[in-house]
Amino acid sequence: MHSKEQLLLKSPLELLEKYPYLEAFFTNQAVNMMADESMTLKQIMIQMDESGAEDTAFDATHFLDQLHDFIGQMQEFSGVNSQVVEVLTILPGTDKSGQPEGFVELNFKKSTITSIVGPTGSGKSRLLADIEWVAQADTPTSRTILVNNTKPSTDWRYASGKKLVAQLSQNMNFVMDLTVREFLELHAGSRMIANASIIVDKIIDAANDLAGEKFKADTPITSLSGGQSRALMIADTAMLSSSPVVLIDEIENAGIDRKKALEILTGEEKIVLMATHDPILALMADQRIVIKNGGIHKVLQTSEAEKSMLIKLEEADRRIQQLRTKLRSGESIVDDFFP
Amino acid sequence: MNLITISGPPSSGKTAVIIKTAETLMKRGVKIGAVKFDCLHTDDDVAYEKAGIPIKKGLSGQLCPDHYFVSNIEAVLEWGLKEGFDLLVSESAGLCNRCSPYVKEIKAVCVIDNLSGINTPKKIGPMLRMADIVVITKGDIVSQAEREVFAARVHAVNPTAIVMNINGLTGQGAYELSTMFIDSEQHVKTLKGKKLRFSMPSALCSYCLGETRIGESYQLGNVRKMNLEENSNA
Ligand SMILES: Nc1nc2c(ncn2[C@@H]2O[C@H](COP(=O)(O)OP(=O)(O)OP(=O)(O)O)[C@@H](O)[C@H]2O)c(=O)[nH]1
Ligand SMILES: [Mg+2]
Ligand SMILES: [Zn+2]
Ligand SMILES: [Zn+2]
Repeated sequence: MHSKEQLLLKSPLELLEKYPYLEAFFTNQAVNMMADESMTLKQIMIQMDESGAEDTAFDATHFLDQLHDFIGQMQEFSGVNSQVVEVLTILPGTDKSGQPEGFVELNFKKSTITSIVGPTGSGKSRLLADIEWVAQADTPTSRTILVNNTKPSTDWRYASGKKLVAQLSQNMNFVMDLTVREFLELHAGSRMIANASIIVDKIIDAANDLAGEKFKADTPITSLSGGQSRALMIADTAMLSSSPVVLIDEIENAGIDRKKALEILTGEEKIVLMATHDPILALMADQRIVIKNGGIHKVLQTSEAEKSMLIKLEEADRRIQQLRTKLRSGESIVDDFFP
Repeated sequence: MNLITISGPPSSGKTAVIIKTAETLMKRGVKIGAVKFDCLHTDDDVAYEKAGIPIKKGLSGQLCPDHYFVSNIEAVLEWGLKEGFDLLVSESAGLCNRCSPYVKEIKAVCVIDNLSGINTPKKIGPMLRMADIVVITKGDIVSQAEREVFAARVHAVNPTAIVMNINGLTGQGAYELSTMFIDSEQHVKTLKGKKLRFSMPSALCSYCLGETRIGESYQLGNVRKMNLEENSNA
């Protein structure tokens, strides 16, 4: 890593060769850094000073500080992957009335699913916020969050490229004016992924596998159906998001294979948290937490009895889906549902 | 008293974020006042009043709201001190992408929203580049991927800032932001002698001051002419 003084003696082009990710940083400057490729940063700065940096809102010292920080962060960022989040732990705090929570230690391991149940407004957002902020007994619940059994680095709080939780909910939509492929390439680019096209193809395949109706890579993302959008968001989050934890707020029971969706996420080693009111989804999880009055009231492991119940529920669900198909194609519904 | 300057493009969620954050602080007994700087019109004072936050508003009219900010913040600060606030929050509409109301040593927050487009971080200049904290709102309505791409663009423009995602509607993240609003070591008594983080355009032309007539004789101040001889694609 270069010191600030060393950086000054290089030209932007030289720096770009050494640190390719600087392209994003340079193009985001108010000044065209590539105007004269032979000039060093120092020369460019002197020139800016003379020609009135006022016009372009360019502050040389500030620029140098930020360049230095950016390189440092990016170097760390590309090495961050080495630290996989194996397990996230919550140590109990209190509910809204100050009563201690109903567990001793709660673990979320990678590749497992935890469902979150409880009435709306009971404290799900606070729980999520505690995790995102890696609470250290310093939020209203006084919970403590550990990462890999140790007190986590404050980077999880403050560094912008390093967030613990990715979120998927039903009101989220794509807003960019891009095709599926362009969109995924942009996302891969922001994470500085080398072989973008491989992962992009993988995501499109996985999303098509989840969605009822297939879509093509050149479809604009804004014209995908509800099910297709959700499928793409899930596959993209599983494979391209940098966050180890994925919070899903209910997966609608239409246009998407929910079981496979969860498999993709756990297959990519995500820690999956799922807020739901749907018994099938709740039982697909390995454990479930019950939230009440702002606190975690109970932690339940999905029992063997519940797992066999799940099989029956899935069968019932499959039959209701069949009834839907019959309805749609104009058939009449006869009473062979309850044998 | 603590002072915080908050800026950001129109409708990015500044008021929503400030009120949600203030609510968590007021619950903890912090006394808060606010001031809103805008250009021609604002209803923000109503929102602050409803939330129980004493508010002053200033309309800059034909001036750039940030210039107006500099010439008025001293007086507003005095008001805040007289009222005995623990925290004074200044909200300014970031209408002029060239200026920013940030003062050295005074915490500066930029609020920007996920819907504004991925090129916005680059466009809004010092308001984002010079901020200590960048709050990104409206993450509840866009995809995870778009949030990540947007945050990466913000990071490329301002690598040193703390970046926080806050939902202005539910207040998710506001408690966390509030912990950075209060610094028990900070006692701002005056701004005299303090400096802006970035100079505001020093040369104002007659049009900045409200001139509407076109023609050489009306062009006062620092006026620059395009060079139509050179064929420039830059
Ligand atoms: N969905 C969603 N809407 C939000 C969020 N934050 C703010 N809004 C909405 O965005 C609109 C603008 O919010 P304001 O807080 O008034 O924005 P502002 O930046 O103060 O606007 P000006 O002061 O007029 O420049 C309001 O309708 C808010 O309810 C958010 O996180 N999500
Ligand atoms: Mg406002
Ligand atoms: Zn201005
Ligand atoms: Zn002017």
